[in-house]
Amino acid sequence: MTTPRVGERTGRIGDSTARPDGTPKVTGAFAFSSDLYLTGMLWGVTVRAPHPRAEIHGVDVGPALAVRGVAAALTAEDVPGRAVYGLDVPDQPVLARDTVRYQGEPVALVAADHPETARRAAAEVAVDYTVLEPLTDPRRALDDGSPQLHPGGNLVRHVPIRRGDPQPTAEVVVTGEYTVGMQDQAFLGPESGLAVPAADGGVDLYIATQWLHVDRDQVAAALGLAPELVRLHLSGVGGAFGAREDLSMQIHACLLALRTGRPVKMVYSREESFFGHVHRHPAILRYEHGATREGRLVYVKAEILLDGGAYASTSQAVAGNAATHAAGPYEVPNAHVDVYALYTNNPPCGAMRGFGAVQACFGYESQMDRLAAACGLDPAEIRIRNAMREGSAAITGQVLDFPAPVAELVRRVRDRPLPPQRSTDLRAMPGGVGGTTHGEDVVRGVGYGVSIKNVCFSEGFDDFATARVRLEVTGGEPVATVFTAACEVGQGLVTVQEQVVRTELGVDRVMIAPADTSVGGAGSSSASRQTYMTTGAVRAACAKVRDRLAGRDPASLGDEVIDATVEWRHRPTSPLDPVTGQGFAHVQYAFAAHRAVVDVDLGLGLVKVVELATAQDVGKAVNPLAVAGQIHGGSAQGLGLALMEEIQVRDGEIVNPSFTDYLIPTVLDMPPMSLDVLELADPNAPYGVRGVGEPPTISSTPAIVAAVRAATGRNLNRVPVRPEHITAEGLSVEAGR
Amino acid sequence: MRFLRPHTWAEALGAKAEFPDALPLMGGTDVMVDVNFGRARPNALLDLTAIPELRTWAPDGDALRVGAGVTYARLVSELADRLPALAAASRTVGSPQIRNRGTAGGNLGSASPAGDAHPPLLAGGAEVELESVRGARRVAVEEFFAGPKRSVLEPDELIAGFRARPATGPQYFAKVGTRNAMVIAVCSFALALRPGEGVGTGIGSAGPTPLRAYAAEEFLAGELADRWEKRDALPGPVIGEFAELVAGAARPIDDVRGTADYRAHVLRVLARRTLTWAWADHCEGGAGCA
Ligand SMILES: Cc1cc2nc3c(=O)[nH]c(=O)nc-3n(C[C@H](O)[C@H](O)[C@H](O)COP(=O)(O)OP(=O)(O)OC[C@H]3O[C@@H](n4cnc5c(N)ncnc54)[C@H](O)[C@@H]3O)c2cc1C
Repeated sequence: MTTPRVGERTGRIGDSTARPDGTPKVTGAFAFSSDLYLTGMLWGVTVRAPHPRAEIHGVDVGPALAVRGVAAALTAEDVPGRAVYGLDVPDQPVLARDTVRYQGEPVALVAADHPETARRAAAEVAVDYTVLEPLTDPRRALDDGSPQLHPGGNLVRHVPIRRGDPQPTAEVVVTGEYTVGMQDQAFLGPESGLAVPAADGGVDLYIATQWLHVDRDQVAAALGLAPELVRLHLSGVGGAFGAREDLSMQIHACLLALRTGRPVKMVYSREESFFGHVHRHPAILRYEHGATREGRLVYVKAEILLDGGAYASTSQAVAGNAATHAAGPYEVPNAHVDVYALYTNNPPCGAMRGFGAVQACFGYESQMDRLAAACGLDPAEIRIRNAMREGSAAITGQVLDFPAPVAELVRRVRDRPLPPQRSTDLRAMPGGVGGTTHGEDVVRGVGYGVSIKNVCFSEGFDDFATARVRLEVTGGEPVATVFTAACEVGQGLVTVQEQVVRTELGVDRVMIAPADTSVGGAGSSSASRQTYMTTGAVRAACAKVRDRLAGRDPASLGDEVIDATVEWRHRPTSPLDPVTGQGFAHVQYAFAAHRAVVDVDLGLGLVKVVELATAQDVGKAVNPLAVAGQIHGGSAQGLGLALMEEIQVRDGEIVNPSFTDYLIPTVLDMPPMSLDVLELADPNAPYGVRGVGEPPTISSTPAIVAAVRAATGRNLNRVPVRPEHITAEGLSVEAGR
Repeated sequence: MRFLRPHTWAEALGAKAEFPDALPLMGGTDVMVDVNFGRARPNALLDLTAIPELRTWAPDGDALRVGAGVTYARLVSELADRLPALAAASRTVGSPQIRNRGTAGGNLGSASPAGDAHPPLLAGGAEVELESVRGARRVAVEEFFAGPKRSVLEPDELIAGFRARPATGPQYFAKVGTRNAMVIAVCSFALALRPGEGVGTGIGSAGPTPLRAYAAEEFLAGELADRWEKRDALPGPVIGEFAELVAGAARPIDDVRGTADYRAHVLRVLARRTLTWAWADHCEGGAGCA
């Protein structure tokens, strides 16, 4: 590994390269989209419904318009184009017209010359609601007596998978029901952007997003404008994790800007952000695993309910993922899986790092531990015995035609030396400086988790990325400029494009043009796909440039400019068979294994994660430093789901919409990590890369919970594990002491 | 909005008398959160940071007088030997940034049942000093809280500081939260042993206000009366009964941070553990090491 320096003009594929935005983000100098400013701009504010389910009989914006400083107040009546939007299914109103389906749904918009004025005026908007009983239990969504929330009913998608013997039997059978709570992406930099009306009747939107073109298409449709008239420019993104894949304030800011003829800025507060984006689907998972006495899997049966909340968002694709990953990274000849994504009046759920694979992984990994116990096997051993490898068939029948070193990953984390026993420093204890134990009742446990995750878009989606590379001589030096619409959302694409160009063209000076919609689409920065896809596109564009260069030294170009654009695709996938769920649905899988070591205070139910060891195959580490960062961050997010992160929803209402009570891990919660990065090239992928971002999030959660179970002997069928889940079963023990 | 910035205590009291709805501002770690969340829209802010007296502490007779503006960071670095439970509580507050600005005076001003300074002040038998142009008064900490986020502070009054006797025996503070730092207490407990005299307790986040466990104090004081000198092991049933009485003094509820049952359970465990630690310290002749 080379030591990176900021502003360095080196770094090819495989070199550790520092992020240019790293230091500014740490020092507070980074300009987020919420820092955008134009003289004369207005501030937009959203009026949100306080009820999870209601009828709207009227919206009176008159009182808001009467507030001095207010320039516009809009309702559903003011949407000139398509009244609904959505990533897969356009079912979500730009502004609710007659029905409210979740608490916080946007009903009206106000723009004023000062944010405080806009907020005060928004509070003046009078909405006439009839409050209805919300449907909040996904298990009741398909009942006859339940209200039908959308014209087609409450089923967003059912994904069946049928493989092998429909009536399999096995010597050892274990069953379990598991629950996953609603996690939030909790990204840096709440939703924000600036819409600027243009002289041509169009609009320029400066926005923090994950996917410029799909935003653009939805905004244009709602505005009733041709897509060319809607130009999106990526501005400072803090993080995304899926939460910026759906629209938030994009259409709203543009509506206000076009109505007032002035630039309009919208910035959500952190609290509003909890209502302003989709979350991770809560899930109820029922599993039955059958195996031989030696612990070889015979069958997996699973039924998974995903609570999609009020609107479809990406629920269809999340359901597809939960189904195809339902058995985990294991070989199993017989499978019977049903995944249902459902509409309820809970907050809408959609994309979040791990995307359906997270929920399934908590289920199947919990089951693998039960199976290990039932067979008298070590938890690592049972995973190794059943591990997928190159040539294995998934439960969809898809044969893995790339390295799949699952057993090796498990062996690597298992064989790491265990961390030393607890020190007496309070900070090393469960409870930390809270000073709740000096070591009494503290028990240690070790657990494993292994993940499988598809990379790139699946099920026949036309997945492509566009890159334009321009080579010219500027100031006597050859300079390459890369134009894409690929979004840097913190994942590290920012160095990757330069690294590709330096490698392919041998040019040191590489400029990355700001991402916008003036080039073709890049697809979303999600599904662990952007390095794979944009690397493929930039490399292909470089190859074209190199062809035209025809062996010449780039420095000798003179006034000639070489400019090449490529729309690049990964090999096609196919849809799942609607009855059997069989098909070549995923272009690539990625794998990670975690071993967690925890100390638990049995008396108080507090957990200290002592160490996380992880091994992951990344195909090719384009930027090893960024790979390590992704693995650290992903593991931390998985730790959060295991132990603390949950949006608590009661009767459809979020009760903890703030960082006071939605807890994410701090540096004192995150343990030291040992990383083992394997680079087994995928022959189908550019440079052999394999998506990195999601797998560590997926496997750290079950590993930590397994370790807590091993330490405490508790069942713990729900994440996040709360202290009272540990003590409740132990109350009698404690009280008797 | 009016912004008042007095430079002397007398000016501050005068300003508060003239503008009783002015919101005092010390570290701002509660005030600015309320302003930013739109929960507070004060007509006036009364900035107390320019008043030197509020930043000082000094012995006063057999007690210690601590100005309302002494930060948590200073309580840790300057007073850990004399007010060990308060220093231990201060170490658990927020993050370094919050401890550099936040004050025990502000914690009292907010009067949250979850305020971490309160259990040690209760256990230590502290008094709050309140003052207005009408005069000064002292209120025992347990009399100071009137309800959730409410105190007996009159509109024209300010908190000058608090008085507490330096520890004469072991003191402990323990706080349960669902992460290892930057967390509001799900439940907390403070214990102060005063050898030869008695016992103090304080309960946080398990009732509408911070609470003292009077029955537990009385019971334990009785049990310890002839043990202070002997310094022999405390019988298990004594520890168990003390723990039950502490839990019994609480009035916890179910909320987003935890259940009432869990809080009562935590109090039992913390009471048992802190008493075990404190008594062991006493037996070893130590002065307490929270
Ligand atoms: C990120 C974060 C983490 C936190 N963590 C914790 C924690 O772990 N534990 C905890 O207990 N608290 C915590 N808090 C809350 C806060 O830091 C404490 O309550 C702190 O003690 C407030 O002190 P301050 O000096 O900042 O008060 P301010 O915010 O200045 O004032 C608080 C209140 O007291 C009033 N006030 C202040 N001084 C006086 C005075 N002299 N006379 C009369 N009224 C006065 C103010 O008007 C206001 O109502 C946290 C806050 C934040 C933002």
